[in-house]
Amino acid sequence: MKATDTSNPDYFHKVVDCQWACPAHTPVPAYIRLIAQGRYGDAYLLNRDSNVFPGVLGRVCDRPCEPACRRTRVDGEPVAICRLKRVAADHREDIADRLPQKPEQTNGKRIALIGAGPASFTVANDLAPLGYECTIFEKLPEAGGLMRANIPAFRLPEKVLNEELQYILDMGVELKLNSPVSSMKTLLDEGWDAVFVGTGAPKGKDLHLPGREDADANIHIGIDWLESVAFEHIDKIGKNVLIIGVGNTAMDCCRTSLRLGAENVKVMARKPRNFFKASEWELEDAEEENIQIVVNHSPKAFVTENGKLVGMTFELMEYDIDDKGDITGQRTIGEETLPCDDVILAIGQENAFPWIEKDAGIEFGKWDVPIVDDETFESTRKGVFFGGDAAFGPKNIIWAVEHGHQAAISIHRYCQGRDLHNRAPREVELQSAKMGMFEWRYSNAYTAAERREMEHVALVDRFQRLNIEVELGFNAEQIAIEVQRCLNCDVQTVFEAPLCEECDACIDVCPVECLSITPAADSEAELRASLTQPEAPEDQSLYVSNPLPLTGRVMIKDENICLHCGLCAERCPTSAWDMKEGVIKIPHADDQMETVA
Amino acid sequence: MTSFVKPKIHRLNEPTNALGKSRADYDGAMSTLCAGCGHDSVTAALARAFYELSSDPKDVVKVSGIGCSSKTTTYFLKDAHGANTVHGRMPSFATGAAAVNKHLTYVGVSGDGDSLSIGLGQMAHAIRRNVDMIYMLENNGVYGLTKGQFSASSDIGSKAKKGATNMLPPIDPAIMALSIGATFVARSFSGDKKQLVSLIKAGIAHRGFALIDVISPCVSFNDHKGSTKSYAHTYQYYHKAVHADYVPPSEEITAAYEEGESMPVELHDGGTILLRKLDADYDPTDRTAAMAKLMESQQTQEILTGLLYIDESRPAMAEHKKLPDTPLHSIPYETLNPGAEALRRIQEEFR
Repeated sequence: MKATDTSNPDYFHKVVDCQWACPAHTPVPAYIRLIAQGRYGDAYLLNRDSNVFPGVLGRVCDRPCEPACRRTRVDGEPVAICRLKRVAADHREDIADRLPQKPEQTNGKRIALIGAGPASFTVANDLAPLGYECTIFEKLPEAGGLMRANIPAFRLPEKVLNEELQYILDMGVELKLNSPVSSMKTLLDEGWDAVFVGTGAPKGKDLHLPGREDADANIHIGIDWLESVAFEHIDKIGKNVLIIGVGNTAMDCCRTSLRLGAENVKVMARKPRNFFKASEWELEDAEEENIQIVVNHSPKAFVTENGKLVGMTFELMEYDIDDKGDITGQRTIGEETLPCDDVILAIGQENAFPWIEKDAGIEFGKWDVPIVDDETFESTRKGVFFGGDAAFGPKNIIWAVEHGHQAAISIHRYCQGRDLHNRAPREVELQSAKMGMFEWRYSNAYTAAERREMEHVALVDRFQRLNIEVELGFNAEQIAIEVQRCLNCDVQTVFEAPLCEECDACIDVCPVECLSITPAADSEAELRASLTQPEAPEDQSLYVSNPLPLTGRVMIKDENICLHCGLCAERCPTSAWDMKEGVIKIPHADDQMETVA
Repeated sequence: MTSFVKPKIHRLNEPTNALGKSRADYDGAMSTLCAGCGHDSVTAALARAFYELSSDPKDVVKVSGIGCSSKTTTYFLKDAHGANTVHGRMPSFATGAAAVNKHLTYVGVSGDGDSLSIGLGQMAHAIRRNVDMIYMLENNGVYGLTKGQFSASSDIGSKAKKGATNMLPPIDPAIMALSIGATFVARSFSGDKKQLVSLIKAGIAHRGFALIDVISPCVSFNDHKGSTKSYAHTYQYYHKAVHADYVPPSEEITAAYEEGESMPVELHDGGTILLRKLDADYDPTDRTAAMAKLMESQQTQEILTGLLYIDESRPAMAEHKKLPDTPLHSIPYETLNPGAEALRRIQEEFR
């Protein structure tokens, strides 16, 4: 097996599990170190480079980083990455003068952005400072997209959202509210240099069961209902509410119902808990509010009396589940009717483009979704780009941001007449973290502390108004402890084979035994067999050195279990091991051009 | 020194032994030896061997004398018993301890200064008595703690860090041990943990005194060009003659060996040491031949390693001294001190 090619920027990037898992590749350990130093503004700006909305995402991100966190493989609980992001946002000083500024002169290129959600705002954030004239069209009376309409204010305060949208508008972005785009062809005729579609997935799925029409007045589509609540068109609901579906929208619907006067709210799930789509923490937050989640109930019919909804009938399900946790069989074992005053359907959503004409030059594939290039986000019509949920169906905010970054790169290259595919590559920059004997410029000591728990507003207080934020944020003590739980995976262990004299000091001192020196082997499997813990998750690498000078054997390091404590580098008498901070450079629109007009 | 203490980390799904303990449970305090010291590898090998044997640390006694080597008992098995004794007097201390409780495992850790200069007589007599212990001699050819003077194991012609050449002949602990009746003589290298761990396990299982002479380079004072105990020199002249695998009583011998290559030695604990001869003409049960081979290797500078000699037939001290099965602390006072009348009767016999 050949020595590991660490010049490939993806190698060290992958070691930083959280950053690798984040769609926008936020440099998590680096901003956590800034928080540890009390540099909240710096931490906020570092976040913002990647994810644009740290205050929003620090509250409501889907957190793909957390399940990936190396810490889960040590003590089972990830670093509270999302909460720390909120810390940076909540405690930042005024950073407005450090943001990209509105250019003195524009470059004359006009970009139309349809839908004022996270994707369009990210495109504007990346392009406006480069001189582009960006105009965002929004059908609703306020900007934010799903961040405004679908996420309730008790999870995301309006002030936080407004601030972060305003930063972008201040870059000279024009926002046209109450301005639905009803015809793509008309828009294209207006001569925009590029068009970006960030209209999300606005169509909530309906459930066509017996009684649907009769009970229409009390059956609500989840995302539409949340939007009506957000814009204060709806301010009450019945005493008994059933929520159908168990994803994150269902969690928002059930908790919002409680705040509008519902007393008995049940979330009805077709399958057992392991199959729920909602994030574990959203389920916990709902259950804390005494929401009952009922499993194995499959909707069968709406029950009406005198043209009014009075209940809903469910089939009681039983499932066969194999060792892997997959369902192999199912059957109905009975029926149950639950009384209710209102039903909210939260069973999924899809994108819909009734305003894009069939002959607009934009091709649609199966399921009526547009055909979009997954690198450039360009549609089949040159100069028209898609991003966020509008591109590939419902994902989440952080994906929408990343789509926005990529689409902005494309639009920039497109407007400059350059090839869309030949984009600037990612790079990694390594710099030794050594400050002196046994001194590093990161806190390398291992902290055994458990994950800090988020404090919530007391149950008796939180339902008084719809917009009382439930999560209180970390206090000073929680911050101080939680930042130390981060293992600094971006401070990489880097090995120089020619310096090694095979004294084994690194192997012996390693607290998790992730190192060994073994004869070179043909395959990774052979090398793994010699490890103390040969088993590793699939995407975890083995770091293999060049042959060592004295014996020709190789040094191997199991990236899966290394804790980046730096003891190997401290004990190495020849500095063959060094701890180097690796900065993964993720190119955005402003990194693309050799020359910009 | 390091900036922080090696943390004890219990990872999810980490391997454990029959006692449910992890490898880290066999660690001790953080080493304060120089970074790169061979002794730290010997320490790690001891911790691993006890982990693999599923030993309970409270059944282990660690003893040492004075020197860099003798500091290392602190760095493994923090829950074991132990004493850091007087310079060169560890073998006597261990003999006394082994005499009062034969059920514990005794580990002596010493160095070439502690064992071959001030403590030479002590070590020799512990070997002769066949005290049931494992004796780790961390051999680096210099007095590291006093900044690099030649020790009694320095080879003729080996150079000190500042250029002086050693002119005195070395004491080879393996040859000396064989000459006074040792029953288990092994040599290894701190850089070969695989061999070292299996030798330690075999040595612990052996009935009687088990000497393991470990070439353990001094990274600060004897790791330069011209030294015959440097990492580079040892890797170059290192030669494996016999490999020893300890198979505990509970396990079946499954490895298949070529005819004549393998040699099982039955142990008194019911286990087996499987010897695998890497040199076909080497017989680790022939004392005279082993000595000849070792003296020959002195001439060729070759560092002969592995289990060089084993004799499982000689009784250990506890047996030939007919020591009681009950540890001293559990023998009732009335038995230890039968009273004035009993003493009078005994004295009567001598009148």
